Amino acid sequence: MVFLSGDRPGARPLARFLRVGVAPSWADLAAFLLLAATAVLIVRGAGEMSEPLSRLHTTPVTLEPRRLPEYALLTTLRMFAALACSLAFTFTVATLAAKSRKAERVIVPALDILQSVPVLGFLTFTVTFFMGLFPGRQLGVECAAVFAIFTSQAWNMAFSFYQSLRTIPSDLDEVSRQFGFSPWRRFVRLELPFATPGLVWNVMMSMSGGWFFVVASEAITVGQTTIDLPGIGSWLSLAIARQDLRAVAMGVGAMAVVILLYDQLVFRPIVAWADKFRFEQTASTDRPRSWLYDLVRRTRWMRLAAVPLSWPARALAAIDWPRPQLAPLRVSAATARAFDGLWLGLVGVGTAWAAWTLVAFVARTLDWGDAAEAFGLGLATLIRVVVLIALASLVWVPIGVWIGLRPKWAERLQPVAQFLAAFPANVLFPFAVMAIVTLKLDPNIWLSPLMVLGTQWYILFNVIAGASAIPSDLKEAAGVFGVRGWQWWRQVGLPGIFPYYVTGALTASGGSWNASIVAEAVSWGDEHLEAAGLGAFIAKATAAGDYGRVALGVAVMSIFVIAFNRALWRPMYRFAERRLRLD
Amino acid sequence: MTAIDDRHLVDVRHVRHQYGKPGAGGQLVLDDVDLTLFDNEIVGLLGRSGSGKSTLLRSIAGLIHPTSGDVAFPKAAGQAPTTVSMVFQSFALFPWLTVLQNVEVGLEAKRTPPEERRRRALAAIDLIGLDGFENAYPKELSGGMRQRVGLARALVVDPTILLMDEPFSALDVLTAETLRTDLLDLWCEGRMGIKSILMVTHNIEEAVLMCDRILVFSSNPGRIVAEIKVDLPQPRNRQNPAFRRLVDQIYARMTQRGAVEGRRGDGVFPGLGVGMVLPRVSTNTLAGLMEAIHAAPFNGKAHLPDLAGALHYEADELFPIAETLQLLRFAELEGGDIRLTSEARRYAEADVDGRKQLFAQHLIAYVPLAGHIRRVLDDRASHQAPARRFRDELEDLMTPEDADQTLKAVTNWARYAEAFAYGESADLFSLDDPE
Repeated sequence: MVFLSGDRPGARPLARFLRVGVAPSWADLAAFLLLAATAVLIVRGAGEMSEPLSRLHTTPVTLEPRRLPEYALLTTLRMFAALACSLAFTFTVATLAAKSRKAERVIVPALDILQSVPVLGFLTFTVTFFMGLFPGRQLGVECAAVFAIFTSQAWNMAFSFYQSLRTIPSDLDEVSRQFGFSPWRRFVRLELPFATPGLVWNVMMSMSGGWFFVVASEAITVGQTTIDLPGIGSWLSLAIARQDLRAVAMGVGAMAVVILLYDQLVFRPIVAWADKFRFEQTASTDRPRSWLYDLVRRTRWMRLAAVPLSWPARALAAIDWPRPQLAPLRVSAATARAFDGLWLGLVGVGTAWAAWTLVAFVARTLDWGDAAEAFGLGLATLIRVVVLIALASLVWVPIGVWIGLRPKWAERLQPVAQFLAAFPANVLFPFAVMAIVTLKLDPNIWLSPLMVLGTQWYILFNVIAGASAIPSDLKEAAGVFGVRGWQWWRQVGLPGIFPYYVTGALTASGGSWNASIVAEAVSWGDEHLEAAGLGAFIAKATAAGDYGRVALGVAVMSIFVIAFNRALWRPMYRFAERRLRLD
Repeated sequence: MTAIDDRHLVDVRHVRHQYGKPGAGGQLVLDDVDLTLFDNEIVGLLGRSGSGKSTLLRSIAGLIHPTSGDVAFPKAAGQAPTTVSMVFQSFALFPWLTVLQNVEVGLEAKRTPPEERRRRALAAIDLIGLDGFENAYPKELSGGMRQRVGLARALVVDPTILLMDEPFSALDVLTAETLRTDLLDLWCEGRMGIKSILMVTHNIEEAVLMCDRILVFSSNPGRIVAEIKVDLPQPRNRQNPAFRRLVDQIYARMTQRGAVEGRRGDGVFPGLGVGMVLPRVSTNTLAGLMEAIHAAPFNGKAHLPDLAGALHYEADELFPIAETLQLLRFAELEGGDIRLTSEARRYAEADVDGRKQLFAQHLIAYVPLAGHIRRVLDDRASHQAPARRFRDELEDLMTPEDADQTLKAVTNWARYAEAFAYGESADLFSLDDPE
């Protein structure tokens, strides 16, 4: 995908780390318990609803090439349905968090944790849950797939929107208050436009992660039942089951075409358009461009054709919602404190209940041995992630810097790196499996690279962006004083790219944890390969319909990811913010 | 302007405003302020940054509810209720809206029908001299043009009173002068439809140039310490002796003892003076000012307006530097004059090491926070102390932003004087030399 090119978004996705000190760690614990308990409730509900699953009959997916465009379209539609849900979620939940201090205390830590949870592990439950809502109908599975994509993209969007709402410039806030803007007008005139650039960037990050999930969620096996939704993901899984290499290749090609089209026809125009919302007082020189956007703006009939696209937005913006005639509620400090206390009490009770539910659930289905096993496997996966991110960094940091310092190359290769990051790597797994089977390699080692197959590109394109952003006066100074070799890396290159590298590596490591669920256990026809790790543990439990173990695996993985973020990425990011800012 | 109507447009009575916690710990920015705005006058609120003049303006705009006191708009028979509109220092334009849309924003909020909105916005744009820029985005405009948009946006809603918060201070000198003149012309010709203007400024000449009445604010806490009537006819000439006299008089008023003391929080160490909010003034600037006053033509004593003119400084930029010198006992301020002490003259003639030694002595002796930190470091066996500790101490006495600024100011002065060192990564003060 082509993200806002160049340096602009930079370390932006990590703005969430800056809130350290706002929410105390007990809030994280409470949020974790509440979320885990909710998940357990869904699991239990899903367990009771598993029956209608077996009665589902969908149109079987076939490997006829002429159906491929249709499948591609369906897959894309699922993506957009999920995006719509994510936007709705973002506008409501993030607004609530920004406006209400009480809601903020729960929502913000919850979002932070949800960003780190490997949602892929939940696929099983959500499918059964939605099947229960729409028994015997394909709609349920569709909803589950959409929900899976939603869970992979909503959180960082909500977080970005929340951050924007909290950082509205105070003079614009005063203007809108001075003119007595209604809440709706404030939203469409001030809050939404101000948040748009950050939101667009996060939507693109989300979408590029989303392709991975859409592929994984279309063909789901729960216990004895396999459900195939018509789409590229199912096409691929069928092709893999039949060991049809030609079909796999066609699926991969279709995926590439879809992503390219979607980038050119949807996201580039949106990025070019969103540029006008950037909050800056001077016009920038390198504005993001899109041939489609330029075409629409320059050609009269195209502009006319685009009008219907914008009128719903205009109509919405022009709506005069009746202003609620509420007198501003003014409460004394003591009352406000009492309400705060009450709210804290409620959260406390909720957390206690959540803890009790968790203990009860875990005690019923699992014992300490399982927990120890999951933890041990988690360590194995942790080692894989660390080693692979380190290897990927060793490879891509020098290459990225080399490219980034050469504007011509950067301009050409940056979109390629971004495209590769968006490409769902799981569609390439079959080739790797074939190679491993043919060469009789050790899956414990050779399956591991699959985890970073799709995520390493985040490191590459962030490093390219960072190296391009090194100010030319610094480069010139380094040249004048003859700073070369290791000294150059230590004093110019590495500090310059560091904030960008951290952003990329964090995204890559988060993605790798998620990918481990599909990468540690793969198959090609009847060949099944498995590496010892938490991902394989979750995948196996899913296939066996063992809800308890899936929940355990996902919880342990979440804890690993959160601990990893807190212990490594957050300090690094804060260091970069404090010491290595170039402005 | 000349004939002042008796009608009260705004009555501000006993307004007090405190930021932060009520009682101890909070910071009093306005204390018992009274103000009456009459029909047909331009009133200037003149004071230092942090003197609460912007807070008062925002209280009248309804953006802030003062902790206590009243802001009232008396109703006159047969007149529409008084409305206000505001122009911002930073222009506060919506970057995603065109000039026309920005101007229309206030009417849109008032639910004016689209056709009327367009008509009135175009009229305001025409009035303020923005024709041809209707479809431009703010980022395409120069600062002066942006502030014109801000003016048009404020005027288009037909306010009774125009509030302006340092409207020209973000502009370069020439642009600011053009805008002032244009605004005064419109005002004198009565073409803006407003009854009165209330403006905040820290620029003394600007206040004398534009206002019929100037209210001078002190800053510990914000109080009105003087009311000065300006009876010079418009258009006013900066070179006119009467104009100069008035400027001198205000300079003297603003540098009087009492008006110049640093803001103090009422904390636990009032005697120690640790709770004094210090400005971030570079040691280069301090040295530069001492050298400038020491040299001809001032020879140790300068008239502040002349000094400001010679150095191309605004009064508001000069005051913090002069006061820091006063705090360090390198200078005395009296009646609009600044006079170097003998130590300062010694400093001006000393070499680099001599300067540093002298500066260190004065820093430790006269800046209470610096002395405090130095004593703590001397007392400790390790000669080290976490900066966190002093930051916490300061935050009990002032707002966190002020505490941060104060600590940074002292850190920089101490680094220059080599009085003590600070390590950013460990956030630690120490007596060690850097490794």
